[in-house]
Amino acid sequence: MDPAPGKNHFELFGFPVKFDIDTDELAARYRELQRRVHPDKFASGSDQERRLSLQMTALVNEGFQTLKDPVRRGRYLLNLRGVDLDGETDTAMDPAFLMEQMELREELEGVRESDNPPKRLADLANRIERRMQDKIDEFRRAFADDVPEGTGKARNAVREMQFLEKMRREIDNLEEELI
Amino acid sequence: MALFQISEPGQTPAPQERRYAVGIDLGTTNSLVACVRSGVAETLPDEHGRHLLPSVVRYRADGGPVVGHAAIAVAHEDPLNTIASVKRLMGRGVEDVRRLGQSLPYEFSSGDSAMPRIRTVAGDRSPVAVSAEILKALKTRAAQSLGVEIGDAVITVPAYFDDAQRQATKDAARLAGLNVLRLLSEPTAAAVAYGLDKNPQGVYAIYDLGGGTFDISLLRLNRGVFEVMATAGDSALGGDDMDHAIAEWIMREAGVQDDADHRQMRRLLRDARLAKEALTGAERASLHVDLGDVKSWQGELTRDELNALIDPLIDRTLPPCKRVLRDAGIRAGEVDGVVLVGGATRIPRVREKVSQFFGREPLADIDPDKVVAIGAALQADILIGNKRDEEMLLLDVIPLSLGLEIMGGMVEKIIPRNTTIPVAKAQDFTTFKDGQTALLVHVLQGERELVTDCRSLARFELRGIPPMAAGAARIRVGFQIDADGLLSVSARELTTGVESSVTVKPSYGLTDNEIEQMLRDSIAHAREDEESRKLREQQVDADRLIEAVESALAADGALLNVKERAEIDRGIEGLKAARGGDDAARIKQAIKTLDGATQTFAARRMDANIRRALTGHKLEEFSATGSKPAS
Repeated sequence: MDPAPGKNHFELFGFPVKFDIDTDELAARYRELQRRVHPDKFASGSDQERRLSLQMTALVNEGFQTLKDPVRRGRYLLNLRGVDLDGETDTAMDPAFLMEQMELREELEGVRESDNPPKRLADLANRIERRMQDKIDEFRRAFADDVPEGTGKARNAVREMQFLEKMRREIDNLEEELI
Repeated sequence: MALFQISEPGQTPAPQERRYAVGIDLGTTNSLVACVRSGVAETLPDEHGRHLLPSVVRYRADGGPVVGHAAIAVAHEDPLNTIASVKRLMGRGVEDVRRLGQSLPYEFSSGDSAMPRIRTVAGDRSPVAVSAEILKALKTRAAQSLGVEIGDAVITVPAYFDDAQRQATKDAARLAGLNVLRLLSEPTAAAVAYGLDKNPQGVYAIYDLGGGTFDISLLRLNRGVFEVMATAGDSALGGDDMDHAIAEWIMREAGVQDDADHRQMRRLLRDARLAKEALTGAERASLHVDLGDVKSWQGELTRDELNALIDPLIDRTLPPCKRVLRDAGIRAGEVDGVVLVGGATRIPRVREKVSQFFGREPLADIDPDKVVAIGAALQADILIGNKRDEEMLLLDVIPLSLGLEIMGGMVEKIIPRNTTIPVAKAQDFTTFKDGQTALLVHVLQGERELVTDCRSLARFELRGIPPMAAGAARIRVGFQIDADGLLSVSARELTTGVESSVTVKPSYGLTDNEIEQMLRDSIAHAREDEESRKLREQQVDADRLIEAVESALAADGALLNVKERAEIDRGIEGLKAARGGDDAARIKQAIKTLDGATQTFAARRMDANIRRALTGHKLEEFSATGSKPAS
């Protein structure tokens, strides 16, 4: 049985369905929900209760992870608007953005051989973060326009964010190797 | 507001009854059992007043196994039948053991099972069975101390334990006749022990260097909520390695050949450990080593020499420390306190290096050997329901990423490490051949990209997929990790709704059948009747369910209408009647009936809890009264 039938993540946490979210308030509500549904509260409960509590807590965790992170939140909002980024066949992207990505990637590949890898890596990470912030702003503006054109722009912004996120992960991996 | 409970004559309402549940630290070198009595958590001693139970089991040709000090006393005379540090073998495969082989003095039977078995005079024994003996000894100790039979326990595991190691621990508990309320990570348990006493806020590092495992975890403590931010470690590094380093030094100094036999190695390890312990307080330790054949060697180990021997081992703990800081996105200076756990943290050099790394003196006011068991006992007391208003909540994470094998021997991550548990994820698969009716799924745990570098958890086949064109079937495989960090898998074909059968074959674990067989064997040994065991199990389950439903009714009975309430009441009466008899099958049926009757009630309670969480929150943010359950 579905423990929260038909509720989306925003509804589960009692927020309006929109991009901007008070993350402190989100974290507070997350903890409060956890206090109520966590399996520890049902350790001596019936099988039914333990099973439901497990499902519910997994859902609360998933919701929190999705809403907390701007990229995942953006994807999720598009999903709610009927845009499934995984199932898309049209994956054309802005050539200027792709060019920039190739440059960033080349730079990442050059880090290891550079004079000061940790510093170069940190600089690169900062640039990625700034670009990410630009894309988040772009998404916010585009998504607020609930018209096909706005949705299309928002979709592009999320795709680009995913590229940046992949770079972020690769930077993380390299950082780990350098430790 | 509580509803009044009316009890039948001769029946005590369960919630007012004091129940005991124990906390168990199942350690590599030593194990402990603790319990909350009169509001105080304390470790329970044996009849000689000793709190630590050496995690050593000796098997004998005739008679049952001997556990603890008695086993250690003769370890050097009977090394092959005396199993120590078995925790290192939990959830490990034959290959892993071969790699550890150098430092393990046992003989392994090379069966075709992936799980290694240790050859003893009493037969081949799996690590799970050996651990179960330790747990049984602790269970007996607790029963003697508390005067009642103990059934429920919180058992601690290193935060870094993977799924196979956790499952092996839970299997051992089941063999020992213990119901596991929760597998709790050791560092979290330590934080509970400190946190409840002092109620701190901030970020804490728990540095746990035990006999055989190292763990480092960062926890955020905030108004009763314990959140694991990141965890890392090494499940094969600890005080035992230091003993080996010292023993090897003695061998070099004394000119002993490398091929010291098992018996001699035992003696050397014992001497090494004693020297290490002496050097905690003293600057130098003298050694008298019996080399057999009336030969002996005398020498001295200084603290500086000891430090030189163990520095490389202590240094291996530092990269994981760096990694957790990085994972949590904080600097060493932002850590508000460092808690020391594990006997090896008594070593001055360890404390020195830890202080240096974190730039502050670590906390150690609770005995580092007992702190984990004490925390586990506090958690057990809450889970058993003795403190219903308790605000504490532990949010734990999985220590290693979970992934699936994809084309080319690569691993695709599905759930990244440090994800808060419980967690559920679904992944869709499709067929690549026309008419394909089965699909092989391989689940792995680890951070690396290649299958061969990760740990295989399970392989299973999805069968019964309706024949379709290639790529047309959509099979959704659901992965669920519960609050103990254990994985379960389910699968469904989406276009037809057919449930695919999933047979998960644990790569290193015991199958349910094997456990059932072991239970039967152990009962045959104890000359107990199989039937009476089944009856007792059902009775325990019945009591548990009755109590759970009654306390749910007391708290939330108002959520039911008269008809629904009557159905549940009938279910309770039916179960109580069956419970009074001695027909295990009838009790089982009555449990099923009552469980079914409470389905809607359970869902409604969960829903009400969610509403309360958000409402209470808006009115009185985090105040104690705002978030108390309405009991």
